[in-house]
Amino acid sequence: MSALVVVAAGPGSSLQDAGRLGWLRHGVSRAGAFDRRYQAAANILAGNDPGLACVEMTLAGDSYRLDAESALVAFAGRFRLRIDGEDAAPFRAHLLHRGQTLSVGPAEGEVRGYLAVAGGFDLFPVLGSLSTHVRTGIGPLGGRLLRAGERLPMHLARPPARPPLALDPALVVRPPAALRVTLGPQDGHFTPEGIATLFGARFRVTADADRMGYRLSGPPIAHALGYNIVSDGIPPGAIQVPGDGQPILLGPDRQTTGGYPKIGCIIGPDLGLLAQAAPGQELTFRQVGIEEATAAELAERRFIAGLAGRMRPAGAAGLDSGLLLEANLIDGVIDMNAPEWHGGSEEAGQ
Amino acid sequence: MQSVRFLDAGEQALVVEFGDGIDPALNAMVHAFDAALQEAAIPGLQETLPTYRSVLVHFDPATIDRVALRARLRELAGLAASGRFHPARRWLVPVAYGGAAGMDLDDVARALELSTAEVVRLHAGAEYVVYMLGFSPGFPYLGGLPQRLHLTRRAEPRLRTPARSVIIGGQQAAILPGEMPSGWHVLGRTPVHSFDLRRAEPFLFRPGDLLRFEPVSEAELARLEARTDWLPPVERLA
Repeated sequence: MSALVVVAAGPGSSLQDAGRLGWLRHGVSRAGAFDRRYQAAANILAGNDPGLACVEMTLAGDSYRLDAESALVAFAGRFRLRIDGEDAAPFRAHLLHRGQTLSVGPAEGEVRGYLAVAGGFDLFPVLGSLSTHVRTGIGPLGGRLLRAGERLPMHLARPPARPPLALDPALVVRPPAALRVTLGPQDGHFTPEGIATLFGARFRVTADADRMGYRLSGPPIAHALGYNIVSDGIPPGAIQVPGDGQPILLGPDRQTTGGYPKIGCIIGPDLGLLAQAAPGQELTFRQVGIEEATAAELAERRFIAGLAGRMRPAGAAGLDSGLLLEANLIDGVIDMNAPEWHGGSEEAGQ
Repeated sequence: MQSVRFLDAGEQALVVEFGDGIDPALNAMVHAFDAALQEAAIPGLQETLPTYRSVLVHFDPATIDRVALRARLRELAGLAASGRFHPARRWLVPVAYGGAAGMDLDDVARALELSTAEVVRLHAGAEYVVYMLGFSPGFPYLGGLPQRLHLTRRAEPRLRTPARSVIIGGQQAAILPGEMPSGWHVLGRTPVHSFDLRRAEPFLFRPGDLLRFEPVSEAELARLEARTDWLPPVERLA
């Protein structure tokens, strides 16, 4: 069976799709890709739907050997990429042939990257999803992180006849910015000074930062009503503040319920910014209203839906004119003379 | 009755809160509201998470406008708060109390100044409500523990508490779905797997279900544990 074989796996690599919906009431976390935009970029470059399962890599990457006739793979993320030892560009698709090795990593300036294969991985969904929740062992591959020697079966034995596409990284890379936050549900548990601290101070990402949550260090955020609430549901992007006043930003693997007050929530499109924040990095927060947050979320969805129209052919090697013509017909506006991007963080829209 | 509160929880969720505290009447409102939401099948409503005293409602802002959703939720919450919740099912959960299966039973009896037989009689004599599921998949927080059995948690949590332990902590009772750390007291063990991915229905208990415990011998526990397809008896309620 056609497969990508994991030769070496980074310590934070797992399969993630758009998340596991509908099981929160049973205590099951949603999980799913931490950086929705990069996941969508990888998938669209591979010709897939934006939320299909990818390998999400964290800081270190993985290496793979192709055990199939050929495969079209795409990577989105600021990581070093090599094919059989030769540098290859991220934010584009690459045609791999049997026995070739793809090495990803380490990350260059960001944290998370996504590897997609055209047609997707041929694995059994667990509770309707290919997302991995390592803490509870729910997901494909036994709900574990990727391991060396593992085979990731693919639906396609050979890729569709289309030229590899590329995406200008400047389109999708987000420069660091203040994370936008809406207040609630328990902002009433904090003093006005506590809320002012959240939006006025600088916080540092500690080493305790993973898909479940990011612990920050900074000036303590003052509670008004104590730091215990009757446990309730934890919404996406929630910022909970335990007794020490140091905020914890909750990620896709967050527990479903919790007993610390939640001062606010990071808005949907800015969770991707959080996903790319490394330990040691400084973070600031900016308050927005729900209407602005809703508009930003809907704009991000339109942006992702429009990415397919902004791909261009990724260089001419091995392509015939018929395929290029087909690509033009499928993808609309393509600048055939656009210079190919060769990676490197200085061009990535900082 | 306290008024229902609607709390913002980001642009894709909101909290409908019926009050503050751990209380059967409050929790019944939560389940009545949650049941009404399931029934209403509002387009754009993705999923709900009922907890002790509130429901976290996830919605798709591209499908339903937040203000319109809130108006609809307010209507349903009003009905739920004035109506009664009718639990759908009552489970009978066998427990082998004490011994190796319930290593804290003696300590609990001593701390409460009761005999172990009285602890078992009280625990198995009560009816419990699944207040909510949380903490880990299929972990039921049970309300209805008799007051006489309320006991603060262990000074030192156990890092590994065996799967299917029947536990109490504070005013609450629970069943551990798998082996995990816990600071609650272990009274016994049940053969019931509240979470099993190999089953067609992986989760046994739903929020709002009723539950009773039935003392069984260690031999009966072992017999039921050996049967992989065994499910506890359940009574469908009108």
